[in-house]
Formats: sequence, structure tokens, C-alpha cells
Amino acid sequence: MDWLLVAELAINGIFIGLMYALVAAGIVLIYKTSGIANLAQGALAMTGGYAAWAFTALVGLPVWLAIPIALVVMFIFGSLLERFALRRMVGQPIIMVIMLTLGLEIMLRGVLPGFFGAAVKKLDIGISPSPLFLGDIFINKATLIGGCISLGLILLAILFFNSRLGVIMRAVSDDQTASWSVGIKVERAIAIAWGLAAVMATTAGVLWGATQGIDWSLSLLLIKALAIAILGGLDSLPGVLIAGVVVGLAESLATGILDPIVGGGTRDVVASVIIVLTLLIRPYGLFGREHIERV
Amino acid sequence: MFFRRAGIRHTRYQSERQIWPLPFDRRLAILLFLFALAAPFLLDRLHLVGYLLPWIIWSTAALGLNFLMGGAGQIHLGYGALIGIGAYTTVHMTRAGMPFEIALIGGGLLSAAVGIVFGATALRVKGIYLAMATLAMQYIVDFVIVQFPAISGGTQAALTVPRVRFLGIPVVGDLPSYYVALAVCVIVTLFMLNVKRSSFGRALAAVREKDYAAAVIGVNTFRFKLTAFWVSSFIAGVVGGVLAVCYYRTISPDQFHLELSIQLVAMVIVGGLGSVLGSFFGAALIMFAPIVINQLIGSLAVALGLAISADLRAHLPLMLYGALIIGFLLWEPLGLAKIYANIRNYFLVWPFRHARH
Repeated sequence: MDWLLVAELAINGIFIGLMYALVAAGIVLIYKTSGIANLAQGALAMTGGYAAWAFTALVGLPVWLAIPIALVVMFIFGSLLERFALRRMVGQPIIMVIMLTLGLEIMLRGVLPGFFGAAVKKLDIGISPSPLFLGDIFINKATLIGGCISLGLILLAILFFNSRLGVIMRAVSDDQTASWSVGIKVERAIAIAWGLAAVMATTAGVLWGATQGIDWSLSLLLIKALAIAILGGLDSLPGVLIAGVVVGLAESLATGILDPIVGGGTRDVVASVIIVLTLLIRPYGLFGREHIERV
Repeated sequence: MFFRRAGIRHTRYQSERQIWPLPFDRRLAILLFLFALAAPFLLDRLHLVGYLLPWIIWSTAALGLNFLMGGAGQIHLGYGALIGIGAYTTVHMTRAGMPFEIALIGGGLLSAAVGIVFGATALRVKGIYLAMATLAMQYIVDFVIVQFPAISGGTQAALTVPRVRFLGIPVVGDLPSYYVALAVCVIVTLFMLNVKRSSFGRALAAVREKDYAAAVIGVNTFRFKLTAFWVSSFIAGVVGGVLAVCYYRTISPDQFHLELSIQLVAMVIVGGLGSVLGSFFGAALIMFAPIVINQLIGSLAVALGLAISADLRAHLPLMLYGALIIGFLLWEPLGLAKIYANIRNYFLVWPFRHARH
């Protein structure tokens, strides 16, 4: 076996995994506060990518201005989603709420390519396409930078949970009724969680959009993000980091090593296999809290 | 009006427990069944093969999924993959020279076997985890079908269905295909109508409402969840076989992708969770709404002289599925079946509204 190739795959895989983890972090954030698995996270990433593209290409803003504006717009979009769609579903069976997020995913996947055109959009955020060489190892610069930004953002999110707002969110995730009774605005905490998740998704969308272009396929990040969120434990942010690295590594190595054997296509199935294995062996993930149910 | 309940007095428990206690409903059901039987002679070929046949097949599939989602409360995002397994198994078995009837059952059994493996994860986890397990299953089955040329006949290749005979009648042309699909649909519908009245259906309802509570009152949740998965997957497999032989006639892996699962879930939600009638309504709306709206927009664009991009029209079905799912969940969570029931209940005692209970 070619160890140099393995090392190259591993390093690139780690950074790609970190970029996936950014999408997963949004899922974890929403799950932690409201107990809902957001199946629209992939579509949110796509929406964010489209928003950034629209502000540069259609409005004509420079990239450094367009991205912050897109982030703000998406924060508002995320919290509005919570306000007008998810909040009305409070008290409904969880199956309904999941279906609602799935409906959002499907609709966004139709609306954005439908109105902006399905062709791949280019988003240039100023990362030169020239690869980086570390000795003989070839590293994709876009994924390197993207992975570092993701790492930073997830660490920030972990720190955020120690701030005042973060403590409020932890209280909400522990027990919504109890937090309500001590005067915490539960709805606002959940709305902020949705906004932040949308911001994370947008960042991921922009970073991925810079590497592969923006089109509907950005919403396919969902399945990788789900794999990461489940492997790390749905309510654990540090878990997301570790699981992200694991999934990225597994995917990269599988693509590089298994693809020539089975004839391609393993990239898309690795995440699914990880989901199924996690659920079979350790349903609550590596760092997730076991959910105890009472009648 | 039509629905007067006046004068109908049940003197025996049996008469009250009938599937359709009101004579009007009974007559309506018989009328619809007769229409379905006579449809090949009443409708032209386009309407029969283009609309009625796929509607019947998708309704059967929606019924199978509704049994799991509405009946047992288990979410399933990989139903399309199960249909695919059934379709491929049936086609391969008939190609190997086995009779169609056995191939159909074989497709159902293999689907059920695979479905139960993934359903088994449902026994440890539920809700969101189950959604993800089934979603993962969809991708894994897709991968297996595409990557093994022995199954799919290569990535680009499509499998042609050989000529088969069903109960001695060759299934060629529209007429036999339609009747085979109709027969399967009627059997599944009857099963769905009756299962709710059996102890099995009641146990499933208990599991759906709260599985721990069901366990406390002595319902074996493990067994019933697994059985629900088995039955639902079996129906998916049989529908897959019917779909392949009677409708597609040539199958390729991309017919059974995630899009199909999403459509089926949309059918169930739009139609109404747990409702037999709703499955038919939902299938009709999800199937025909994009076609109708596409034509509407096309003619509008021509009439108003607007240029509507091909991308927009291509993505219209997705927008519509999403919007329908969201809209129904927010405003009418029990779907079209509930709307129908509301209208029906209104007219049942019309104009004596106070008599409604």
C-alpha cells in the first residue's frame, strides 16, 4: 500500500470532515435546545450558499461584505422559520415535527434552484486554487482553510455554551417547563438556536460553495452531517468535532482505497453505513447523553 | 341531503362495527369498485395507463407506508428502497423462469427481510433516530443496487421484464396489467380497512400512542413494532413487483431513489396519517398536482407572454411537495382525509346541525 497516498487522503479527509462537522454542529445546536432533529440543515447550508452568491453576483457587493450580510439574513431566516413553522408544532408528535423539517428541506431544494437557476454557481471567496504541498503530500487549500474556519467556529460554539445565553440554552435543553418557571424565555432561546444553526449552515454553505460551486447538491451535506451528529451524540458539541474527523477520515480513505475495488460510489454510502452501525452498536453516540423515557 | 343518518338504527353490535355502517358509504364503495372494474372499457388508453394505473399502484404503496407511519407510528424515509428491492427481486425471479405469482411473493419476502433488519434498529431507538436509520437504509440499498451489476445489470443498463402470466393469463398489454394492479390494490385496501378492527391493529395503535405505556398494559412492543415493519415492507415489495411488471416494464436504479421515498412520505402526510381513504387522496394529489400546475403555468406563461425558465418548471414538483407537506402539517395535520371527513360530517345531518355528535 502506498503510505504517502494514505497520509494525503487522511489529512484532506480530516479537513473535509471538519467542514462537514460545521453543518452537524447546527443540527446538534437545535437538538440540544429543542429536541428536534433538523432535517433541513443541508438545505439551510444550500440556502446560505445561494444567499452569499446572490449578494455578490446579483446585488454586486464585494465578497467580504456579502458574506456577513448573508450571515445576518440567514440568522433572521432561521429564527423566522422557528417562529412561524416550528413553534406552531409544539406539542405535536415528534414524527410530525421531523416531517416538517423534511418538508422544508424539500421545498428549499426546489425553490432556490428553481428561481436562481439550476446551473452550478461560482463563488470566489479569494482562496487560490493552487494546492499546498507539505513535503510530497498534496493538500487542497480550500478544504484546509475551510476546515480551520469550521474548527474555530465549533470551538466558539462550545465556548458560547458557557456564556450567559449559553447557560440559558443548556437550561432549556435540560427541561423546558422548569426553565419557563424560573423566567427564562424558552421561545427566544430556541429561536436564537435556530438562527445560530442557520448561521453555521451558511458558513458551511459558503465554504463548500467555494470548493465545489453552489447548486442543489449542497443539500446532500445533510446525510454526512447526520452521520456526524449521530456518531458524536446528538447533544454533544465536542462529539461533533471528533465524529467529524472520524467521518471525514473514513470517507476519504474509503473513496481512495475502496473505490478502485468496488468501482466507485463509496463516498456517498460511508455516511449511511456509519449511521446504521452507530445506531446498532451505540445508539446515543460516542458522547451523547442517554435519553431516559418515562411513561 | 345525501348522507342522512336518519332512520338508521343499529340493533346489533355487528351492524355498528361494519366497515361502512351507513348504507350510503357502502353503496359508494361498491360503485367505486364497479367503476374501477369497468374503467378499461370506459376510459381511453391515455387515461387508463397514464393516470389510473399509476394512481392505483402509488395508492397501494402509500397504503403500505401509511400502515407503518399512521398505524404503528414508526417513521420511514426509505420506503422507495424497499419498493426497489421488491421490483428487482420480482424481475430477477421472473427472468429466471419462475411464475409471476411466486416472484411477487418472493419480492415481498426479500423486501420484508431487508426492511426488518433496518426496522430492528427501531427497536432500540425511535423517532429521529429511526428517521435517520431508514434514511441511511435508502442510501445503502441504492448503493448496493447500483454497484452490483448482477442486480442492476450495470449502472446504465436497464432490466427488461419478461412476459409473465398471472393465474394463467398472460400479462401483456394494458388490460391484464391494470387488473393485476387493481387486484393487489384491493387486497391491500381490504387488509388496511380490517386491520384496525383486529387486536393486531389495536395493539399497533397502543404502540403508536406511547410504546412504554403499551408495554405497561401488556402489549409486546418489540413484537408488534417488528411485525409492523415486516408487513409494511412486504407490501412495499409486492408493490415493487407490480410496479415493475405492470407499469414500468423496464426498471433502472434511478426509479427507486430518495425522490420516490419523499413522494411516498408526502402522499401519506398530505392524505392523512392512518387513513385508508387518505392514502388514495394523497397519492392523487402528489401525483397529479405537479402535472396540473405545470400545465397551468405553461399556459399562463403563453397567455401572459411571460418567460418562465425551464429550471423553474423542472423544480416545481419539489417546491410543491415541500409546500404541501409543510402546509398540511401546519394547518391540517390529519390531511385530506380529515377535510373529507369534515365535509362529510357536515352534510351527514344537514340541515340539522345540532344533531351532529
